[in-house]
Amino acid sequence: MSKSPPQGGFFPRNFKTHPPALTPAYKSSVARSPKLALISIGNGLSETTGPVFGHEELGPTDNDLIANYSAEGKSPIGERIIVYGKLRDERGKGIEGVLIEVWQANSAGRYRHPNDKYIGPLDPNFGGCGRTITGQDGYYEFRTIKPGPYPWPNGINDWRPSHIHFSLFGSGFAQRLITQMYFEGDPLIKICPIVNTIPDQKSIALLIARMDMANTIPMDARAYEFNIALRGRRSTFFENRPEGN
Amino acid sequence: MPLSPQILQECPSQTAGPYVHIGCIPQAAGLECIYGGRHLGSEMINSKTKGTRIFIVGKIYDGTGTPIKDGIIEIWQADAQGLFCSPEEKRGKSDPNFRGWGRQPTDRITGAFQFETIKPGQVPYMNMDQLQAPYLAIWVAARGINLGLHTRMYFPDEGDANAKDPLLNRLEHQNRVHTLIAKPLDEGKYQFDIVLQGNNETVFFDV
Ligand SMILES: [Fe+3]
Repeated sequence: MSKSPPQGGFFPRNFKTHPPALTPAYKSSVARSPKLALISIGNGLSETTGPVFGHEELGPTDNDLIANYSAEGKSPIGERIIVYGKLRDERGKGIEGVLIEVWQANSAGRYRHPNDKYIGPLDPNFGGCGRTITGQDGYYEFRTIKPGPYPWPNGINDWRPSHIHFSLFGSGFAQRLITQMYFEGDPLIKICPIVNTIPDQKSIALLIARMDMANTIPMDARAYEFNIALRGRRSTFFENRPEGN
Repeated sequence: MPLSPQILQECPSQTAGPYVHIGCIPQAAGLECIYGGRHLGSEMINSKTKGTRIFIVGKIYDGTGTPIKDGIIEIWQADAQGLFCSPEEKRGKSDPNFRGWGRQPTDRITGAFQFETIKPGQVPYMNMDQLQAPYLAIWVAARGINLGLHTRMYFPDEGDANAKDPLLNRLEHQNRVHTLIAKPLDEGKYQFDIVLQGNNETVFFDV
């Protein structure tokens, strides 16, 4: 038997970290934000459990966006980068064996999507999506091309900073989270209406990857470190448990 | 001594944006071939999965009544016995032919989503001694949604169980309970629409 107490529900979400539903400067939120309060129900079994994905379900190049869409012997155009980090919970414990999915624009700021009509060209060797399963201590890595910034219809002249979208699973469905990673030093971060849906600078800083020259592969790819935390779990001291526990 | 075991802060959420299909359901963005065609969550059941087959269709409406066409919707549910396929499930072994998780796009042209799955068994409520009415846990993400939304779908043909359900009974606004109950179509077919805002706004949960 393990000596650590059994895991329980997740720490309540700190809504001061997250953008509120209605953020008028990001116009898409206006008609898509619930007006009524979320009903707090806490964690039952469907929240403390969550789907599990196996390494065998993924292919060997799924986390290599330079390779997973390009023609034999070809590479996408752009700055070659490695994005790596640890997925942990709020207690600092690595979350192992969970799915991370990413998607992004190519180096010209264009997505491979029928709705993206930006003038920036598609890159025939870049699909723009990747996925991986976290390893020991929640470690993950992707190889990709640094996405370009792009203009988007919100204000008359709004540009997204370079960013990579992250979809994250934890060990429970209550940890499900989608977010975006930004790049250290990008001047567009400060003026992005989507970044600024997040109410405070300290929280925004959690989404900015750090350039890591020490882990850069010489003559090949720069490295960016992006550590991610999902909600932490309570221990279940002295709680009623179903038979067998 | 810190007062809390929390040493890190949960990463803030950001909208899934208009191109979430590329990352989560690439075949819906026209990337059918990526990942060797192996897309996660498209099919929830196989011929060996135990339980009653059900089919769910619906749309997600914004505050103007327009269906959203760039969203994703995920289901997380118990198997026919009421067991979850998860290492956190301590009550028994769930159906090996059922992961209990599915993910579908809202269609890029029509906005409709659909799932083929099985009807879940009953799952105990928080204190573990009371059974809940069968339900699907649902999570929605899309452009304009700043933090993914949790809701639930209950079944219209479970009138008694729904009437006794501890969670449905807890809701202050009983006139909103109907937003969590699917509409019956043909046998085994249900319609479940989600309204993000306005009249008949769906009940969303802080879990
Ligand atoms: Fe984007």
